[in-house]
Amino acid sequence: MKNFNGEALFLDRADINTDEIIPAKYLIEITKDALQPHLFEALRLEGFDPAQDIAGKRVVITRANFGCGSSREHAPWALETNGINVVIAESFARIFRQNMFNGGMLAIDLPAEQIDRLFACFGSAPAQVTTNFDAGRLQISGSGQSLEFEFEIGAFNRDLVKAGGWVAYADQKY
Amino acid sequence: MGKTIAEKIFDAHVIDQPAEGMYVLRLDTVFCHEITTPMAVNDLIDRGCDRVFDRDRIKVVIDHVSPAKDSKTALQGKILRQWARRHHIRDFFDIGRNGICHALFPEQGFVRPGYTIIMGDSHTCTHGAFGAFAAGVGTTDTEVGILKGVCAFSRQRTIKIEIGGSLPAGVYAKDVILSVIGHIGVRGATDCVIEFCGPVVDGMSMEARMTLCNMAVEAGATSGICAPDQTTVDYLWPFIKDEFGSPAEALTAYRRWRPDADASYEKVIRHDVGNLQPLTTVGYKPDQVCPVSEMDVTPVDQVYIGSCTNGRIEDLRIAAAVVQGRTVHPNLRAIVSPATPGVYRQALSEGLIAIFMDAGFCVTNPTCGACLGMSNGVLAEGEACASTTNRNFNGRMGRGGMVHLMSPATAAATAIAGVITSADSKHI
Repeated sequence: MKNFNGEALFLDRADINTDEIIPAKYLIEITKDALQPHLFEALRLEGFDPAQDIAGKRVVITRANFGCGSSREHAPWALETNGINVVIAESFARIFRQNMFNGGMLAIDLPAEQIDRLFACFGSAPAQVTTNFDAGRLQISGSGQSLEFEFEIGAFNRDLVKAGGWVAYADQKY
Repeated sequence: MGKTIAEKIFDAHVIDQPAEGMYVLRLDTVFCHEITTPMAVNDLIDRGCDRVFDRDRIKVVIDHVSPAKDSKTALQGKILRQWARRHHIRDFFDIGRNGICHALFPEQGFVRPGYTIIMGDSHTCTHGAFGAFAAGVGTTDTEVGILKGVCAFSRQRTIKIEIGGSLPAGVYAKDVILSVIGHIGVRGATDCVIEFCGPVVDGMSMEARMTLCNMAVEAGATSGICAPDQTTVDYLWPFIKDEFGSPAEALTAYRRWRPDADASYEKVIRHDVGNLQPLTTVGYKPDQVCPVSEMDVTPVDQVYIGSCTNGRIEDLRIAAAVVQGRTVHPNLRAIVSPATPGVYRQALSEGLIAIFMDAGFCVTNPTCGACLGMSNGVLAEGEACASTTNRNFNGRMGRGGMVHLMSPATAAATAIAGVITSADSKHI
């Protein structure tokens, strides 16, 4: 399985679309690595500078409907090539969520009030996320505090993560 | 308990339930284009399984950047072209015969009621207009679709949207879907299928139903879907006449894919359009809609008529009727992209292309280009575009640009007036 632990990047807005995650002009690339420098390049968010704020981050924490818009798997790939294999959000667009699990990555839904708490406690200072995939538990620590949450991932998507993605799973089974 | 259209299609296609609420479906067709398929092809080669599940059930087109604009897009075309040749895929539409996938594939008769269809393109939901379950997916789902002919979906809840009233003159399917999205919001139908029904949908052409279903994904829906009826059969008849003795027989067969009267819905929304006015969008999300009549004076730098939403012959007829005998405003440039070679030819033979050219429009070849800021009409920083496309995301048609979504009639009127204007305005 991929790495699901590390420092969080907080993106405080709902409906962040795939054009903001990776602009369409980079869809002409045919390698994942070519997307790496352009993650969130088009995202306009107060206090966020993609050139400064992405390096070293391993987990994105954000609001509702993350990844809406285009079906481009380039969005999860742009995260993956930056070492980010986990997005924690209030909700996801369907295609983006499935693209994450299809590539063996994690899209974790938490209720709105828990996302609110995460932003309130850690949104402005460094925070570390530790993911216990098997137990379905998340620990977020920083600024002298620590919070724990339970999360649920359906059995099918869990199997995809364990198999390393949908191609490996489907090739074995169908 | 009765079933919705999507539930009936799932029942007829499920080959495995790998977990509670998950369905692996047999696919009737996999559509492919040059933006999302080449990386699937390369991965299949890397894995040593460069195969296709059924060459006749895979339909391939180069459409997003056509002809290629640079070496990278040329390479995407090359990978797709070589792959299609290697596997003897007959339905491959190269430069010259190519058009926008969601206009071309229906025009070629590749969609049938009851079909399951995937494509690495979010606007695949368009094909639900024929009573199919058609879903946009990523490259990995496309890859598995190509290799195995299957795709996994969670149980789909269905939202029924009954479009009632009678559509006023000058108001079109695009205004209807913008009003629906404005009402339910950009996540109003996430993980759901939208079944569009009611007297207004019954009276719509297939082109108008495709416009409606095309933007279902802008409300988060997995697929839009319309029950097949006489209009569906009439559109498909040239392609199905060997399969059925008569259109009546086809209609009877396709009734199988209509929803049961006692089907259970997640939600039923009655959406009356009797007083609907022409709409446009005023922000960076498709649910930020506003009647054109309530807009402040809004100049635009470009007008774009085309795309998988509104680049079909009916759209060009509506726009040309507004443009006829008038001239594009000197403060803007106007572009029209017929969605397919068939649409282009038809528009030529009906004199529509002459009307656009006489007015000062640039007429391009069929391509997705401008809609996603790839080619053939990219905006500069700070520019605005009145557009018949489907997304107004920040930077969508070019970094720093603003997109106002609208119907072909409103876009045509705006091209004449220079500011966002509906076609019934005195100012054009």
